[in-house]
Amino acid sequence: MHCDVGGRSVYAYTGSRGFDPALSTIVFVHGAAHDHSVWALQSRYFAHHRRNVLAVDLPGHGRSGGEPPASVEAIGEWLAALLDATRIEHAALVGHSLGALAVLEAAGRHPERVENIALLGPSVPMPVADVLLDAAKANDHLAYELITGWSFAPGHQLGGNQQPGVWMTGNALRLMERSQPGALYADLLACHHYAGGLAAANKVRCPALLILGQRDLMAPAKNATELSAALAGCRVVNLPDCGHSLMTEAPDAVLDALREFL
Amino acid sequence: MAKTTRFDTLALHAGARPDPATGARATPIYQSASFVFRDSDHAAALFNMERAGHVYSRISNPTCAVLEERISALEDGVGAIAVASGQAALHLAIVTLMGAGSHIVASRSLYGGSHNLLDFTLPRFGIETTFVDPRDLDAWRAALRPNTRLLFGETLGNPGLEVLDIPRVAELAHEHGLPLLVDSTFTTPYLMRPFEHGADLVYHSATKFLSGHGVVIGGLLVDGGRFDWGEPGKSAGKFPTLTEPYSGFHDMVFADESTTAAFLLRARREGIRDFGACMAPMTAFQILQGIETLPLRMQRHVDNTRRIVAFLATHEMVESVGYPELPEHPDRALARALLPRGCGAVFSFSIRGTREQGRKFIESLKIFSHLANVGDAKSLVIHPASTTHFRVSAEDLSAAGITEGTIRLSVGLEDAEDLIEDLSRALYAAGKG
Repeated sequence: MHCDVGGRSVYAYTGSRGFDPALSTIVFVHGAAHDHSVWALQSRYFAHHRRNVLAVDLPGHGRSGGEPPASVEAIGEWLAALLDATRIEHAALVGHSLGALAVLEAAGRHPERVENIALLGPSVPMPVADVLLDAAKANDHLAYELITGWSFAPGHQLGGNQQPGVWMTGNALRLMERSQPGALYADLLACHHYAGGLAAANKVRCPALLILGQRDLMAPAKNATELSAALAGCRVVNLPDCGHSLMTEAPDAVLDALREFL
Repeated sequence: MAKTTRFDTLALHAGARPDPATGARATPIYQSASFVFRDSDHAAALFNMERAGHVYSRISNPTCAVLEERISALEDGVGAIAVASGQAALHLAIVTLMGAGSHIVASRSLYGGSHNLLDFTLPRFGIETTFVDPRDLDAWRAALRPNTRLLFGETLGNPGLEVLDIPRVAELAHEHGLPLLVDSTFTTPYLMRPFEHGADLVYHSATKFLSGHGVVIGGLLVDGGRFDWGEPGKSAGKFPTLTEPYSGFHDMVFADESTTAAFLLRARREGIRDFGACMAPMTAFQILQGIETLPLRMQRHVDNTRRIVAFLATHEMVESVGYPELPEHPDRALARALLPRGCGAVFSFSIRGTREQGRKFIESLKIFSHLANVGDAKSLVIHPASTTHFRVSAEDLSAAGITEGTIRLSVGLEDAEDLIEDLSRALYAAGKG
C-alpha cells in the first residue's frame, strides 16, 4: 500500500492483506540500501497470522519518495509519523541493522506507542569502516561488494539458501544496486554518527528482543552487549553460523524467534 | 579488496555444502517426491511462501536447488529454475511473462526447436513472433509493436554463429521497457555472461556443454535480477503477471514480494506448478557433476575447435567455414569484444560438391558421431538441412545461412590430431565421390 507521510509517498508491503483495525500491527524496518523485500518471508507470515503488517520502504528507498533521512533520530521520528499517517496507535517494531537502530530510537522517543521491539543485527555504536564510507560516498560499486562480502557468514558465502533457487549473495548485491545514488552513503553515515543508542535503550519501556548473528562482521554480536544490558529484561537469541543477513541466512530461526516474542 | 569467489571455485562449490545430516561431500541426490512438514502451521506456511523450504519436487527439490544456485552464481544472476529441458526453459520464460495477444521479436537464427515453438506452436495460443536478422538493429526496432513483451536471441546463432550484439539489442529493449532473453547454451558462462552485457534473462539447454557428458536432458532458466517489471513510463502495465494480484496464489503481487526476483517467483509458483516441466533430482546431480569441470572442458573445446577451424579453412574440399574468429566472419570484432575466451565449439562449414558428397563425408567419419546434439565431450556431426532444420522453409534456411552442403560440427575433447585426421579422411572420401 501507499500512504502519505510528511507530504511524501511511502510504500509499505502488507502481505497482500488489507488493514484490519481489530488486529495489532507490526512495522518492519529495513537496513541500509535495502527495502521491504528483505522481510518477505517473515512479514508475509505475520500478515497471514492475524496481524497487520507494514514492511516499509524508508524515504528515498525502494518505492518511497523523498530523500533518505540523514540520521537515525530522523528515522525514529519518521516511524512515529508513519504511525500517525496510518492511524495506528500502538505497534510492534522490528528492525534490521540501520532499521534496528531506528526502531530503538523510536521506542526511546515514543515509548507509549511501541508495544515490543525486535532488533536484528544491532550494534551500539555502529561505526562504519572508512573504506566502506569512502566507496559509498563515491557511489562506487565496491561499497556493495564489500557489504555483500561482510554480510554473510563463511558458510553462506557459497550458498545453501533455504529459499530454493535463490543465490543469496547475488540477490543481496542486486538489491543494493537498485538503491538510488547516495542512499547507501546517507544510511551508513547515519549509522556511523548515531551516538544515542544506550540513551534510547534506557528510555524503552516495552519488551525487547535482540537477534544476533554469531558470525556477523558488519555488526559483531559483542557490540550488542551494552545494549542488551541497557534494555531491561531483554531477550537475546544468538544464531550460530549466521552473519549480518539474518533474515536470508536463517529465515526460519528468525521467524521462530519473532513468533515466540511477538 | 572486495571478497568475491572466482568462477572456477564457484563451478565446484556454489550452492553446495557438506550434507548436514551425513557429512557427504558430494551433493546428495534427494530422490524424494515430497518432504515432511514439522506440523500443520509449518505446512501452511510453506505452501503460502511464509517459510523457505521444499514441499513437493515438482515445485522445488534440494538437489535441483543446488544446481539452481550454481548456475546463478556462474551467470551472476539472482536465482534460477531447473526444468526438464532447454525447450521447457524457453517455454517457462515466455508463459511467465505473457499470454494470448502478446508478441515476441526474435532472431531468425535460432535452434530449430526454438523456431518451431515460436513460429508454429505459440501462435495457436495467441502469441506471435516476428523473426529478424540478428545483425540488423533497425530490423529489431521496426518489428516492435505495442504488444511486444520480449526480445529473444542466441548468444551465437544457430547454425551460422551470428554473434548477438547483446549490449545494443538490450539497450533497444530497455528503451521500450522490454526484457531481453538470451539462449546461452553454446557459450556457457565460461565464455560469456550475458547479464554483464545487458541481458535480463538467460537460459541453457543444460544437456549440452554444462553437462558435457550427453547423458541427461535438462534446462536452466536464470534471472539477472536487474529488470524493473513495473518501471513507470516504460515497463509499467506490460507485465501484469508480475505486477498485479494473482488470484491463483492468494492475490499475491510477485513484484511486491521480491524486488529482484519477481519473475522467478511467478515462474516457480505458477509455471512449474501448473505446467509441471520440472527437473529430476538425478538429472540435477549429473549436471552438477558436469559443471564441476566446465572451465577445464570449455577451454579444451575451444582449443580443439580453433585447430580444426584452421585445418578446414585451408582445405581444398571446403568451400567456407563459419567461425567468428576468422577474418572473413562479419562478427569478428564483436566476437573479440564479447567472447574473448573463444566462440565455442559448435560451428558449420560447407563442403564443395553435391548433396551425395556431403552424405559420403558424414558417413566416412569414424570418430565424429552422426547425431542430433551438440556440446558432448565426444565430437559430433550433423547435416542441418535434413535434420535439425528440416521443418524450416527454404527461404528461412537461406536467410539463416544454411545450404544443402552445410555441415555442423560440435568439437569434443578428443586429441585434436585424431579429429583432424578423421576429418581429413572423410573429406578425401567425399572428394573421390
